[in-house]
Order: sequence, then C-alpha cells, then structure tokens
Amino acid sequence: MNRRPGPEPLLWMLFSSGGMVAALMIPILLFLFGIAFPLGLLSPPDHSHLFAVLRNPITRLVLFGLCALALFHWAHRFRFTLYDGLQLKRYGAPIVVLCYGGAVVGTVIAAVLLIRL
Amino acid sequence: MSTYQRPLALFWWLERRSYLLFVLRELSAVFVAWFVVYLLLLVNAVSDGAASYQEFLDWSGRRWVVAVNVLAMLFVLLHAITWFGLAPRAMVIRVRGRRLPPVQVVAAHYLAWLVLSAVVAWLVLR
Amino acid sequence: MADEITLEVARYRPELESEPVMESFQVPLREHWAVLDGLTYVKDQLDGTLSFRWSCRMGICGSCGMTVNGEPQLSCATFLTDYAPGPVRVEPLRNFPVIRDLVIDIDDFMTKLPEVKPWIIRDVHSPVEEGEYLQTPQELDEYQQFSMCINCMLCYSACPVYSLEPDFIGPAAIALAQRYNLDSRDEGAEERRAVLSSPEGIWACTFVGECSAACPKGVDPAGAIQRYKLTAATRSIKDLLMPRSRR
Repeated sequence: MNRRPGPEPLLWMLFSSGGMVAALMIPILLFLFGIAFPLGLLSPPDHSHLFAVLRNPITRLVLFGLCALALFHWAHRFRFTLYDGLQLKRYGAPIVVLCYGGAVVGTVIAAVLLIRL
Repeated sequence: MSTYQRPLALFWWLERRSYLLFVLRELSAVFVAWFVVYLLLLVNAVSDGAASYQEFLDWSGRRWVVAVNVLAMLFVLLHAITWFGLAPRAMVIRVRGRRLPPVQVVAAHYLAWLVLSAVVAWLVLR
Repeated sequence: MADEITLEVARYRPELESEPVMESFQVPLREHWAVLDGLTYVKDQLDGTLSFRWSCRMGICGSCGMTVNGEPQLSCATFLTDYAPGPVRVEPLRNFPVIRDLVIDIDDFMTKLPEVKPWIIRDVHSPVEEGEYLQTPQELDEYQQFSMCINCMLCYSACPVYSLEPDFIGPAAIALAQRYNLDSRDEGAEERRAVLSSPEGIWACTFVGECSAACPKGVDPAGAIQRYKLTAATRSIKDLLMPRSRR
C-alpha cells in the first residue's frame, strides 16, 4: 500500500474552500443574473454601473478567488463522482488530467478576463 | 475456503435513497462549474461594452439558458444546504475554550450566507 | 397481531450453492423478540444447519450484524414487531465475503484495525507509583463519542467507498484512530498519521455519511474522518511551507 500523502491534502483544501465559497456566493449571483434579470423579476443594472462595480480591484479579486476555488471544487468532486459513481477509477490518470487540468485552464481564463476588464 | 462476494451494480447509487441523494449532491459540482462559465461570459460581455452586455442579457433570456440556470439553482441550493448542514461535523469551533454546539455552527453559516447575499445584491442593484 | 411472521433468510452453503438463495421460515411473532431470536428459533426448531454469529444479545459485542430488509442492523437490537406483518428479509452484511449463510469473513477489518494503533501511545510511560493519568470531563468529552464503537462493522457494510475500494481503511478504524488522537493522555498521533493520511485512509472518503447513519452506538465516523482531513491538510500545508520544522 502506498503510504505517502502526495497532493491529496492540497487538493482537498482547494475543494473544501471552493465548496464554502460556492455555497456562500453562487446562489445569490445565479439568482440575480441567471433567473431574476432574464425573467424580468428585477431590472438588470445598466452597463456603466456594472462595469464600475466589476472594475473595482476588490470585486476582481473576489471574483477571481470565487472562479478559481469553485473550479477546483468541481474538479475534485467530479473526479470522485467518476471514480465511484461510474466506477471509472481504472482511468484515473486521464480523469485527473481532465478535472484538475480543466480547473487550471479555467483559472487562467478567469485571470485573463478579469485583468483585461 | 470458497466465499461468496456480492457483485456491485454499476449504478449502485440507485439502490438506496441516501446513496442517490449523495450522488445528486456530488453532481451539484457540475452546476458550480457551469456557473463559473456563465459568470465569465458575463464578465467578458461587460468588458466588451454596452452593446455586447445587451447581447448577453438577450442571450441569458433564452428559454434553454433560463432552464439550465433554474436547474443549476436547484443544484447549487442542494450544495449550499448540504454543505452548511455537514459543516459542524467537519470542524470544531471553539469560543473561549468551549466547543460551539453544532446548531450554532450551522446558524453562523446561514447568517454569513444571508449577509453576503445582501451585500452582493446591494452592490449589483444599488 | 398475527402470531407468526415470515423470515426470509439468505442461505449460502458453498457445497450446495454457487450463490446465496433465500429460504423462508415461519417464526413466532413475540413482542420482545428480536430478529436474532427469530433466527435462534429457526436453528433450534426448524433447521439446525442455519449458521449465524451472535454472542451477547444486548448490543455490545458487535457480532450479530446483518442486513435486515436492506439495512445494516444488529440483529439482536432489531425487533420483529417493527417489521410486522413481514416478511423480514435477513441477509449477511454487505461488502464482506460470505463464508456461510449469514456468516461473513471479517479478516480484512481485523487486519486494518491494528494498523491505526487504536490504543494509548506514550512517549515515556510514567511508573505506576506516580498514579493515574488524570483527565478533566472536558478532555473526556473530546473523544468519548468515538470510544463507543463496538467493532460491529455495520459502518463498513453501509459504506459505498469500501465496496468500491477494498483497500480503504474504513470508517470504524479511522474513528477509533481519532478516539485516541483526541485523547489527552495519548501521544501517538504522529505514529498514526502515515496510515490515516495515505490515499487509502481519509482521502478515499467522500463523506457519503452512511457510516454514521448506520452506527448503532451513535458514533459519527464520517465526522471523525472530515475532522481528520482538516487536521491532516493543515498539517501537510505547514510541512510544505516550513519543511524543516518537526512537530
């Protein structure tokens, strides 16, 4: 049996902080931008206001943290869902690349989009 | 000694309600990832100017996009509720040497949720 | 109330069957009879070849775990009247190889348990003349819940990760390791760390939570595992940042 901890502690830390941020922040953001504005329950903010809010360095930092951690949260959970839920652990290596690789790519994209804002 | 090992069904999580709920909870992560994509599309649209922001708003009103977001909302709520519910079992919080009872840990999470949601709503809608 | 109830019992006799078959028995439905009493009635009155394990009949020895109507249960603490009018389906505990009828092979658990060193470890044992190792009620409270484990293995039977990943050290062993890690008299946390924080230890667990739901003694192994994840993760990040500091 392999007794070395390896990267699991770090991945779990990212997973659980991502889970916390996602639980705290996503419901309200998704409700506003995904449901309330599209369905006309509330009127969406105009462009200049939203642009100003998003350009604030604190907003950008918070959104970057949210995107990065939420993606690593997804990567970790999805990896284990594929391992256990679909019994695909024998394809462990490609799954790891797909999940955490996807999270890394998504994090880079988020950084670029938020920096050039 | 010839022993018998019960075979495991591929979809073993259909055999018990609690297992099914567990798999649904884990699948919520897919919708968390979807939200990140959606948020980045919004950020990209806003940074491209008023016209492309309007395009995003039109696109987000399409029936299938709203449907995906409503479904995502249900899964994200499942995630938030199960996450807060399990939190006191994963962490022990001490205040002045005394262990905080689980109910208070859960309550603190919901309180933080409420406050943060209010702040976000205020920032966006003000 | 009907005076009889049907027990559908899984039979596996390797010399007769290649996989278990169900056999029905009519047993008296008495108010204070547990499933185990029904099985004892079958063995005494109807079919002496039925094999099952039991010892104390009072929910403390942990030998009579079985799957009753699909749920892992102590058969001595599960009452027939709760299942009336029946039938009651009695099968061996899931996730373990079946040796015969309701008897399972527990070797895997018995091998894993000592790996986490579930006993008090001291750097230096103080001589008996110096008296007991004292402990306050608060210190007792830290681990008492986990000390209620009776090694009945119902948690292993309920755990889907254990069924998928036979190398997983499993709920009870990790909860018992935590029982000693959290004991103020113990100094063995470091010795337990390598096994607990290996991929077959805490990191395999996905917090399904069924182990805690199944525990007949109110232990929360799932909680113990998540708490240890936090401890181990904090610790290994500290090691990463300050590789030279020890303990």
